[in-house]
Amino acid sequence: MMDYATLLQVLDTTLRLATPLLLACLAGLYSERAGIFDIGLEGKMLAAAMAAGAAAALTGSAWAGLLAGIGASLVFAALHGVASITFRGNQLISGVALNFLSSGITVLVAQALFRQGGRTPPLTGNARFNPITLPGAEALRDIPVIGPLYYEVISGHSILVYMAFSIVPLTWWVLFRTRFGLRLRAVGENPAAVDTAGVSVVALRFAAVGITGILCGLAGAYMATALQAGFGREMTAGRGYIALAALIFAKWRPVAAMWACLLFGFFQALALRPDVVQAVVQVKVPVPFLDALPYILTVLVLAGFVGKAIPPRAGGEPYVKER
Amino acid sequence: MDALAKNMGRRATAAPFSIELKGISKAFGPVQANKDINFAVPKGTIHGIIGENGAGKSTLMSILYGFYKADSGQIFVNGQLTTIPDSQSAIRAGIGMVFQHFKLVQNFTVLENIILGAEDGALLNTSLSKARRVLRELAQEYELDVDPDALVEDLSVGHQQRVEILKALYRQADILILDEPTGVLTPDEADHLFRILKGLKDQGKTVILITHKLREIMEATDNVSVMRRGTMVATVKTAETSPEALAELMVGRKVLLEVDKGTPNPGKVVLSVENLRVRDEHGVERLKGISLEIRAGEILGIAGVAGNGQSELLAALGGMMWATGRVTLNGAELPLSGAGSDGQSRRAAGIAHVPEDRHHHGLILDFSAWENMAFGYHNAPQYQKNALFMDNDALIADTEHKMAEYDVRPPIPSLAAKSFSGGNQQKIVVAREMERNPDLLLIGQPTRGVDIGAIEFIHKQIIALRDAGKAILLVSVELDEIMSLSDRIAVMFDGQIMGLRDPATTNERELGLLMAGVAGSSSGAAA
Repeated sequence: MMDYATLLQVLDTTLRLATPLLLACLAGLYSERAGIFDIGLEGKMLAAAMAAGAAAALTGSAWAGLLAGIGASLVFAALHGVASITFRGNQLISGVALNFLSSGITVLVAQALFRQGGRTPPLTGNARFNPITLPGAEALRDIPVIGPLYYEVISGHSILVYMAFSIVPLTWWVLFRTRFGLRLRAVGENPAAVDTAGVSVVALRFAAVGITGILCGLAGAYMATALQAGFGREMTAGRGYIALAALIFAKWRPVAAMWACLLFGFFQALALRPDVVQAVVQVKVPVPFLDALPYILTVLVLAGFVGKAIPPRAGGEPYVKER
Repeated sequence: MDALAKNMGRRATAAPFSIELKGISKAFGPVQANKDINFAVPKGTIHGIIGENGAGKSTLMSILYGFYKADSGQIFVNGQLTTIPDSQSAIRAGIGMVFQHFKLVQNFTVLENIILGAEDGALLNTSLSKARRVLRELAQEYELDVDPDALVEDLSVGHQQRVEILKALYRQADILILDEPTGVLTPDEADHLFRILKGLKDQGKTVILITHKLREIMEATDNVSVMRRGTMVATVKTAETSPEALAELMVGRKVLLEVDKGTPNPGKVVLSVENLRVRDEHGVERLKGISLEIRAGEILGIAGVAGNGQSELLAALGGMMWATGRVTLNGAELPLSGAGSDGQSRRAAGIAHVPEDRHHHGLILDFSAWENMAFGYHNAPQYQKNALFMDNDALIADTEHKMAEYDVRPPIPSLAAKSFSGGNQQKIVVAREMERNPDLLLIGQPTRGVDIGAIEFIHKQIIALRDAGKAILLVSVELDEIMSLSDRIAVMFDGQIMGLRDPATTNERELGLLMAGVAGSSSGAAA
């Protein structure tokens, strides 16, 4: 069996690993709710990670890195927007193309800048987002059960982790309580309704894609300047796709997206501790199986075993005014 | 010059017109959709616009609603020269539009749909409570009852249409344009709609009604304008014209509105259906035990509001959907599921099928006319050159022949199906299916989106096939069509047949009640 301390360690890792998934998942949520499918979350995260790692290394400031990461991700988001909104191209092809572009260009630029085999130099001190100890964590540490939970799991993460989780209620509020959210959801369901109501479909969709860019920028910057210390080739390792899977698993709802990302983050945390898994289930579980679990669950959702996942109805279709 | 300007100025300020168009022209590439349109709608009237498909009605209304920009010409709204570059400007000018295909968000509530684009402020709360209040007032004023918290996807089509009208009124539209509003309604719902429109008119609002149904024009409008090939050919007072005169203006020649058909001469039973049941992919039963018979030389018309199982009936008989029950054709039982229940086998058995939705099931729009002419019959021996190749030359020659016979214009076999007008597309499908000399013809919505000239032609073909001793199952949501073509009428509601009537002795009122699910006392023919 797993003792309490080990459980807390695993949960702590879960939070850290769920954060980039959550940011990317919320990024995808804005875009897809507006009717623009984005398979390019991965590429945007990767570009942001490289830009953040490079800028942090050059300036010594994690915040400069964050800004650079968001900027890089926004450039990719803008390309996706121009291709799929302005020129009404195929959104999947645009996303895949941007992923390839990102995969190559990140290593190329990092190599040109630092000549360290496509990596950015290791980051230290203020070039990274360092853990924050939440108020009262030290004082409460000795209270049984709750104290260690607060100290080990909740406290002691970088600012970006707390930002990511506070964006969840914010997103819910924006989507369901504001004019912008109403229009965003409408444009993903029936853009003609938005257009005939006198609201610009193009502007709304670009706004959504822009938010996607910012959130992917946060996710990538977190990877390079908080979770790890610098950018490395293909460091996002498919997290963009897992985030998409989480988005489907959560049926495009923000709070459910958080739980899905925590679940998938938990699987990733377990994959790092095969010894713990073996101790609990008494069987040796291959690590690749744990890695594959998010996808297996998503396939089950898509097959309709865990309720029906209905994507936004206008998703993936460029809007053309009809006569 | 001065006097003229003064005169013009006075006329403009005193103009009793809600909408006045002067010299509006619009071209799409080489196609002149609107040519020098002059047209005025007096305030507080219901004005009909009638014309065939492609006559330019929708283009003209799209210009009024800011979807297109006219190449030239002027728009006056309430006497003021107005430019309408987008829908927002149209709404600001007091113009509201109810499109043929509703522009509603299906999984939003009625209230959310109403406020979309007309919210007060960045937060929704105030807008929603204001809309709830306004909606209650409008409901009382105009018989526009609808549950504000219902999801639109749960509403009937008639109620969805009310939401569209409410949307326009919520935006304080003074001028309401309705594009083909009754196509999806029962006769009762249509009557209700016309009552609402009259109520709007009494409140001083102006209504523009676009339709291809002459009867509605005669019933509901004060004035009517007729469009033909992009031009406005006439504007007349409705009271001073007749359906025949309007039809002639629309088509440019005399048209036979009544179908000319002799008495039927029914022979032996060709199709017999017993207890036919169909479930859709969600497990919902769409056909709840249909039984019917069609004899040789007889047209059985199925009336009903769209979505009451007519499509599933055609699909099950045509081999597009699995079913249970017993169906025999000339005494031989047809498999209803599994092997032998596909469209190919049905055609081999002697059932031809003109599907309801010609764009999805009748044609492949990007393929040429001659390729479309072969679908379903592409394995026919006369089209094979040898074991490997089809005989395209034979197919093209065959297509040319059929195009001449069915008056398909332009008669070019290599032209893509999408390049033909709706009427000519339908003629391609009808030619393909009828020319096989089937024992049974299934034909769904034969004249949907088809112009009057082609309607006349297709109706004649259907009757000719009947007189040649074939059995015909006709499904249409156009009650006029059902009443004029059918030898017997079956009314469907909620997957069941509500009753059988003789077109000679029944009337629209009785059929309308059956279509709404009200079982009436039997009259006329029995099965």
